[in-house]
Amino acid sequence: MQRVRVRADMPPGHVRTPTYLRGKTGLTERVLGPFPNPEELAYRHKGAALPLHRVRFRMGDLWGDAAETPDDTLEAEIYAHWLELADAP
Amino acid sequence: MPHDHHDHLSPSGHPYRSDDDHPLTYWQTMEIAVRELLIEKGVTTASDIAKQIDAMDARNPAMGAQVVARYWTDPAFAAALLADGAQATREMGFDIGPMKLIALPNAPDLHNIVVCTLCSCYPRNLLGLPPDWYKSRAYRSRTVREPRKVLAEFGVTLADGTEVRVHDSTADMRYIVIPNRPAGTEGWDAEALAALVTRDSMIGTGIARTP
Repeated sequence: MQRVRVRADMPPGHVRTPTYLRGKTGLTERVLGPFPNPEELAYRHKGAALPLHRVRFRMGDLWGDAAETPDDTLEAEIYAHWLELADAP
Repeated sequence: MPHDHHDHLSPSGHPYRSDDDHPLTYWQTMEIAVRELLIEKGVTTASDIAKQIDAMDARNPAMGAQVVARYWTDPAFAAALLADGAQATREMGFDIGPMKLIALPNAPDLHNIVVCTLCSCYPRNLLGLPPDWYKSRAYRSRTVREPRKVLAEFGVTLADGTEVRVHDSTADMRYIVIPNRPAGTEGWDAEALAALVTRDSMIGTGIARTP
């Protein structure tokens, strides 16, 4: 599985990358799409076709010491332009 | 949490919803304007709109229960559902429209639960309309942070060593959890098994009934 990091940006406008995942690192579980970029669709633009990654995060990596059970996992759909390659830990 | 209510009670103890005696909002006005224009211009009819509402209301968790029961009893279908959830569901005869579906099978050591933190994405075209709590801020914010506490409030206790996997339905895909097949159902046919599959077991806030 590819190790990826979600961009830590806070752009204005319609974004479908949850804030709590920004800056977090996970593993791409599968790649779907391409689907039109919802950030462009929201403003009635055509929406560039983008791969959609299902990224698996470890709860301990999301919530740190506050994690309920650190080895539980969470998966979310993140558009490719929100992801950068991350080095192995 | 499933039974957190903010209902008003009348003096006689009957719950009621406050009258919405306020001017139309911008989007309510927009919806009425667009609907009336589409009808006036002959693009659609009031009757067709009512039929679509009926069709949505007719979708219900029993459809998903049939999918789960077939997954349990038909290995070829199970493989097809994992490969392309939407196509396999359509081939069973369900009209799910353009919905893209991913099936999430539980395992003895894995429990899946679905939430949409950004809004209220839900596989409506298969399971019908979501329960009210699914759209609540409490469910949406807590499930990604303390899923085991949420599960406990739904009465779900997991065996030691079970991994909880939360699925935040953030974009284009919709999800159905495939609960574990209950023990003691060996030899049951799909129809009998489907009766054990609850709505909550397909969201992940429940497990299948035991016989």
